[in-house]
Amino acid sequence: MKSNIFVKDKVAIVGAGLTLFRRRLLETPRELAWEASREALSSAGLTLKDIDCIVVGSAPDAFDGIHMKGEYLADGSGGFNKPVVRVFVGGGTGVMVPVVAWWHVASGLCKTVLAVGEEKMSHAYPHPQGVFAYIWDPILERPLGPNLIWIFALEMRRYMHVCNASKEDIALVSVKNKRNALDHPAAQAAAKITVDDVLKSEVLVWPVQLLDISPVSDGAAALVLASESVARRVTDTPVWVEGIGFTLDNTHWYNRDLAYPRYLEYAARMAYKMAGIERPWKEIDVAEPYDPFDYKELHHIEGLMLARRCEAPKLLKEGYFDRSGELPTSPGGGLLGVGNPIAAAGVMKVAELFWQLRYEAGARQVKKPVHKAVANAWGDLMQAGTVVVLST
Amino acid sequence: MKPERVPGRYIREEDLRRLPGVIEYTPTARYSYSAGQALSEFLRGLKDGRILGKLCPSCRRVLVPPRVYCEFCFTPTTEWVEVTGAGRVETAVTSYIGAARERLEKPEIIGVIRLDAPGHAENSFDFAGLFHKLCGVTEDDVKSGRVIGMRVKPRWKPVHERMGSILDIECFEPLQPREVV
Repeated sequence: MKSNIFVKDKVAIVGAGLTLFRRRLLETPRELAWEASREALSSAGLTLKDIDCIVVGSAPDAFDGIHMKGEYLADGSGGFNKPVVRVFVGGGTGVMVPVVAWWHVASGLCKTVLAVGEEKMSHAYPHPQGVFAYIWDPILERPLGPNLIWIFALEMRRYMHVCNASKEDIALVSVKNKRNALDHPAAQAAAKITVDDVLKSEVLVWPVQLLDISPVSDGAAALVLASESVARRVTDTPVWVEGIGFTLDNTHWYNRDLAYPRYLEYAARMAYKMAGIERPWKEIDVAEPYDPFDYKELHHIEGLMLARRCEAPKLLKEGYFDRSGELPTSPGGGLLGVGNPIAAAGVMKVAELFWQLRYEAGARQVKKPVHKAVANAWGDLMQAGTVVVLST
Repeated sequence: MKPERVPGRYIREEDLRRLPGVIEYTPTARYSYSAGQALSEFLRGLKDGRILGKLCPSCRRVLVPPRVYCEFCFTPTTEWVEVTGAGRVETAVTSYIGAARERLEKPEIIGVIRLDAPGHAENSFDFAGLFHKLCGVTEDDVKSGRVIGMRVKPRWKPVHERMGSILDIECFEPLQPREVV
């Protein structure tokens, strides 16, 4: 049974917009937020006058190099003399943005929300990797001189060991997502590659190689969310936000088994319960699991309970997650294909599901009929899980 | 096909340098972090060549690194417990790049070590553990998976070089056959 019947207003997504995702864009962070906001508003047939509240999401201030990034981005996001809130849970921010926008509307506080995710990683140079140094514990971790890829490699290695998955199995995610992105107009890293290309790419922290990772990106993405009464007025095909979930695990990531994303299962259970979904592996038609690394898509497919533990690599090989498969994942190309401007990337995933559920994705449209969809994002020190469940 | 329009203009790094008004800035921010109640004691222990944890009286977990509260029970931890430092490698990787993504001349091997913690209420998911460098293992051990599950122990720095830091442990190294710690 759905538990979201107790909210004041049902919530729908009625518009979505994106900028290009690229390694380096001319536009300032504000200009990117404005471009994406304008696209989202015009696709909903609304103007800023129709918007009650603003939710802005952006990951660490250190990337754009501007503290109080929420305040800085506010006017480019339409947050001028309106209630504005900035959201930040690391990489999980992108899906946290629609989650927070959901409760603004579900509570009855706002009838319409403009939800914007923006990231400009190219400001930090020579490489934004240097900025990540400040996320580590200063006493126990930073003295070891870690780089961020260490922990993901450690997690990937553990997953490979427990699930007996090979590098070849995992590289197929990168091949699939970069191929899917060939049909995405904003894509930065779309390519026709083979498993061999992934295995021959630069080795960063074995088992993680260059083509196992999403690129460094600039970009913005925006959604318009509205209450049921507004949504029914402005569109014939609203996409309902049926469930939301979010949890944090702790930062002592080396005190838990990295083979399974517990944080995500909890968040997913919360969202599925709200949406009345009891058997996600049967009921979900299309998914956008968070894929900054190729193994992470498999990890998240399992955490979202779309496959049994350790079963995702096998299903992937059978084509189960292809655009023409039984449960297409990242049909738009995901972070590996479209790019990874952190907060914008999560919003882009939700936007992709919005287009998929409205059959507007054109060449990217999945072959099967779609009715229910799920997206997740993940962040902080392997600890944040954010989930939304959508339906038509 | 949606999205119909994707605004934005890509520029290359050389183009960026030619733009008017490009600002370069390096922030200077200095910090001195205190290690806090639990970790100060832990670091003092490392100086003496001991690895200390804290016991949660409620769930009987041994928390390494120690904290003054148990995050599972949200109660204060009570007793200090010394663990031997021996444990099993949970996962390990080989890093070819440094903190700012520069290529390293000599790759490093890093791992998560699940420590033997007598009295720890066993649970396959949560464990007392540390994250550190591994020595005496090869890149091939990492690739083949031989390193995972391997019994290891800390290799301590000489006493006079220890400063009360996580680096007082040089690395974790494999136990000799039949060695008991």
